[in-house]
Amino acid sequence: MNAVKAQVLPGDFVRLGMSAVTEPFWQAAKEERLSAPKCGACGVFRLPPTPFCPNCQSTDVNWVELSGQATVFSYSIVRGFPGLPDIVLVPVVVDLPDAPGARLVSNVIDIDPADVHIGMELQVLFSPVRDGWRVPIFRPVANGHVARA
Amino acid sequence: MSPAEVAVAGVGATPYYRRGESMPQTITELAGKAILAACEDAGLSVKEIDGFAYYSGAGAGYGAMMDTAEFMETLGIPEVTFSAALTSGGGGSAGALGLARAAILAGDANVVVTVMALQQDRQRLGKVFAAVPPHPLGSFLQPSGLAGPGHLMSVLTRRHMHNYGTRREAFAEVALSQRENAANRPTALHREPLTLDDYFNARMIAEPLCLFDFCLETDGAVAVITTSLERARDLRQKPVRVVAAAHGGSRDWGRAFAWMGMPDETFASAGHASVAKHLYRRAGVGPSDIDVALIYDHFSPMVIMQLEEYGFCAKGEGGPFVESGAIRYKGGSIPVNTHGGQLSEAYIIGMTHVREGVEQLRGTAVNQVEGAELALVTGGPAALPVSGLILGRDS
Repeated sequence: MNAVKAQVLPGDFVRLGMSAVTEPFWQAAKEERLSAPKCGACGVFRLPPTPFCPNCQSTDVNWVELSGQATVFSYSIVRGFPGLPDIVLVPVVVDLPDAPGARLVSNVIDIDPADVHIGMELQVLFSPVRDGWRVPIFRPVANGHVARA
Repeated sequence: MSPAEVAVAGVGATPYYRRGESMPQTITELAGKAILAACEDAGLSVKEIDGFAYYSGAGAGYGAMMDTAEFMETLGIPEVTFSAALTSGGGGSAGALGLARAAILAGDANVVVTVMALQQDRQRLGKVFAAVPPHPLGSFLQPSGLAGPGHLMSVLTRRHMHNYGTRREAFAEVALSQRENAANRPTALHREPLTLDDYFNARMIAEPLCLFDFCLETDGAVAVITTSLERARDLRQKPVRVVAAAHGGSRDWGRAFAWMGMPDETFASAGHASVAKHLYRRAGVGPSDIDVALIYDHFSPMVIMQLEEYGFCAKGEGGPFVESGAIRYKGGSIPVNTHGGQLSEAYIIGMTHVREGVEQLRGTAVNQVEGAELALVTGGPAALPVSGLILGRDS
């Protein structure tokens, strides 16, 4: 195995689309806060955000700020991307312990891809993309770095 | 009066091409050639077509569309009484024949064509997510670098390996067995032998998936003509009965293309469990009655997960099942993708599987399963709906 660490797509490659329903997530991320919509009626979390609560159909939402802790549920190791033949990415699907039932698709960085495993504990940080926005990404807790809150 | 049963009366196809090599033909030309070939096969005039039953929203891959008025104008079809499509993408390939069947049983149309044409000169399906403009939901997926459906399926596959101990050797067996099936087929784009060493030395694209786990990127068109069984019996070919069809899926599987919040059992799956249940019930048969399985194979691990969901083995046991040789044409208990599938013959978004199912039940397949009575054909896993079809030999 080579020791190339997992990267993220260069910020220039990522443009976000958003709606009134999803924008609060990205506004929070821009301020380096990870948040998730929680139904104002029944308390069920959902991600990505949807107009109705799938559990009780309420449109009432409370945006809850999360700790930024996450656990790897599954992942891939992607070698190459259109326009970036040598990039190595580790897309991860993570569980969020303080938003049960909601998952995020993100990236893990600062790790040899061979060392990523299901169940690994991660901590959020934020990576700039186009137009001044930021996306949440993750690094292993074992690295001893804690993301800026 | 509505007919009691529906049958496939004709199948037609263009040659299969490597990606981009069907140029300068257009999508309408490719589809038109397949439709005319299907009519010729059935012994019907194209002017008798009065229905179109598409899938993938009548899309022809991504970024191209098929259009009924354009087909009517160029082929000289005077009137249609039915023109509809299943939603979403390739998951509807098998189910589109169910749409045709519904139209015929309702008396809405008499001669229905289902067609798919694919040309990948501009946009490759393998990297389609990377090419689409940012969408509010897609923005929760695209930044991660999951550039196409195979990348997404690699994440599901990883979970299957974690939960059940499934090995890459099992994925290799899907690729190798299908390559062996393609070896004697003039229509197959990859006939050269594939060895276990070739497989394990191949470039990794989205681990745990390597090059040979991904289907081919090809061009071409396939059309299928359905009509009443009674009418089909008067036509040129031995009819192939549309025994049952089902499309749809559970909300949990619907989350597999954006939300990813599905429970573990659905996460490590191909999303066909509910469709399989309805399909068998409607057909009044079970997995042990199926003689040949034409399983949608855009990515080899998803064949294994479908074999579990269609009951050929228990959930989680798909890996050892295929590694035992069970899906081999020669010596297997359930021959799978006897045409080489999308991994070795050609990828026309599921339609080659329908074509092979028809040939198996006419008794004219290149790799004929002796005495085949029932064939299972599947569409997807893909975004909802996914679909299944059981075709039967006419007695």
